[in-house]
Amino acid sequence: MAAKTILQRERLVPFIQILDPEGMANPTDIVELGLKPHDFKAMYRWMVLARTFDERALALQRQGRLGTYAPLLGQEAAQVGSAYALKPEDWVFPSYREHAVLAMRGQSWLQLFTFWGGNEEGNRIPEGIRNFMVCVPIATQILHATGAAWAAKLKGERSCVIVYFGDGATSEGDFHEGLNFAGVFKAPVVFFCQNNQYAISVPRTRQTASETIAQKAIAYGFEGVQVDGNDVFAVYKATKEALAKARDGGGPTLIEAVTYRLTHHTTADDWTRYRPSEEVEMWKQKDPIKRLKLYLEKQGLWSEHDEAKLLEEAKAEIAQAVAQYEALPKRDVEDIFKYMYAEMPWNLKEQLQELKEYLAEHGGDLPKE
Amino acid sequence: MPQLNLVQAINDALRTEMRRDPTVLVMGEDVGVNGGVFRATENLYKEFGPDRSIDTPLSEAGIVGTAIGMALNGLKPVAEIQFDGFMAPAFDQIVSHAARIRWRSRGRFHVPIVIRAPYGGGIRGPELHSESPEAHYAHTPGLKVVIPSNPYDAKGLLIAAIRDPDPVIFFEPKRLYRAFRAEVPEEDYIVPIGKARIAREGSEVTLIAWGAMTPVALGAAEKMAAQNVSVEVIDLRTIVPLDIETVIESAKKTGRVVIVHEAPRTCGFGSELAALVNDRAFEHLKAPIVRVTGPDTVIPQARLEDYYLPDIGRCLKGIEKALNY
Repeated sequence: MAAKTILQRERLVPFIQILDPEGMANPTDIVELGLKPHDFKAMYRWMVLARTFDERALALQRQGRLGTYAPLLGQEAAQVGSAYALKPEDWVFPSYREHAVLAMRGQSWLQLFTFWGGNEEGNRIPEGIRNFMVCVPIATQILHATGAAWAAKLKGERSCVIVYFGDGATSEGDFHEGLNFAGVFKAPVVFFCQNNQYAISVPRTRQTASETIAQKAIAYGFEGVQVDGNDVFAVYKATKEALAKARDGGGPTLIEAVTYRLTHHTTADDWTRYRPSEEVEMWKQKDPIKRLKLYLEKQGLWSEHDEAKLLEEAKAEIAQAVAQYEALPKRDVEDIFKYMYAEMPWNLKEQLQELKEYLAEHGGDLPKE
Repeated sequence: MPQLNLVQAINDALRTEMRRDPTVLVMGEDVGVNGGVFRATENLYKEFGPDRSIDTPLSEAGIVGTAIGMALNGLKPVAEIQFDGFMAPAFDQIVSHAARIRWRSRGRFHVPIVIRAPYGGGIRGPELHSESPEAHYAHTPGLKVVIPSNPYDAKGLLIAAIRDPDPVIFFEPKRLYRAFRAEVPEEDYIVPIGKARIAREGSEVTLIAWGAMTPVALGAAEKMAAQNVSVEVIDLRTIVPLDIETVIESAKKTGRVVIVHEAPRTCGFGSELAALVNDRAFEHLKAPIVRVTGPDTVIPQARLEDYYLPDIGRCLKGIEKALNY
């Protein structure tokens, strides 16, 4: 037996849930959120819009009108709840599934379709929006987020950074290094893990032997919080508190939003190969959108008429973006060369010229086979 | 004018830029209080404090990854990787992010960082302390690769690298750190990135070198001069972007080209130079292009290191091969 215990915590990781799957909530918890009915409706609207976009994107991919796409189905509350807590001056570092977050921060649905349609222009974040681009490799953006937050602190700014990643990312070295640096330098960053239970086919239990992901924060010297990721209010509360702490110089927080990817990892994946449909059905009962709708209805804030109107508006908004996306002009091959350096070096100029000459020899485009 | 060695010139460049631009900072392992294991950041901690002369956790990916994030949020980090051989853990951050962020964001974001690392052999170092990985980075679009060979260039090139809007890999030939002193102006000046230097003019053979191979090449040229053979030595100074005009002009003039580098031969930067000379000066060549390089092996430790590194004798053999074709 050990002579003494050198580390003891009463409660390692708090768990937050405000809204249960039946849409019930303790009124005091709701009051403490500091949100008004119009906020609840705005959150609901974003979640419905995100799902409408998601459904449309999936359908377009199946019809060959969009490239490989990573759906967010089931993760709407985790994304909308966290993004709702952000201020415009905060920075967002996404992974590749945060369509709702990007849209809430001012990127258009057209831009998202453009990106997933295989056009890098979709990654051109408009000036003034403090979003960073979609990050395809896993966990690497965690270090950028820590660095950006650290810079904000060194410059004496009050902006914070939030970075999104999944449960699989916590197995990467960059996750460790990013959290470790953030802890050491007390960087104002919120590490937001959407634990959707699977990294493609590999379950969360294969990523870590830790009971929770949130508890990993303890080792880096800061707080970890686990929230019901399908409860938009709990996610909002945890994120808002973490941001407030970061803004006041309290350093980073790791939030683990426990959620579930209700469909494929991407359109190139088939979830039926690695998980039973009963499991998926069980999680469908915890649907984040249904939950908020039940709450709104119970509060007398939402009617069948409101619902029908919203669905119609959402469909129209997304349909308009699809129409714009499909009308985008053909791209210029110069776009391959343009942004490698501030100033194009001689070798790129020559190679661009070579490509243009080749195309010119074939009437301005690639030769027909 | 002060006489500085190469590592003092690096230190001088860092201080000059940190005084001029408050967004410039240095970060890395042991760079703060200790002033760097080679003393490249000596006294910067004293002058600029812990927020601009930053001792980081021991984590190369962490250093480069957070430097990228800092640069995205308006700072200009100069990240030190303690030894060339320890750049591999940061490779992903360098090639997947630093090099691509301007492209990925269509110009909305860029990464004006400098990654400095002591480079190359000749100091009897342990394993992975003597590497010459320039070709890895030269093969990655989006990066610039700079390798000075003397104190004057080291200061001017490093200042240029810090002011450059794109990420720069800055390799410092560690065996030249204290090899000799030279005049280095006190004021700030730049040596432009992408401009080679004719280190010695000649007419019969072109010898192309960079970093610690430059003095070796000059030594060989001196020996050939004693035999009345005129060798032109080009010190590239920058691998990417390459000063193609200077290389091709010299190749056309002499008709014989010998390339010397420490790195392994296969897919070394010498291969690219040979291909470029072949493309652009073929009809002027009087002999096949010769490469004098390290073999395609690991660079050995102290006991065998000299057998690995190109020396004056091997350069002479290469020159003779080109002359006697």
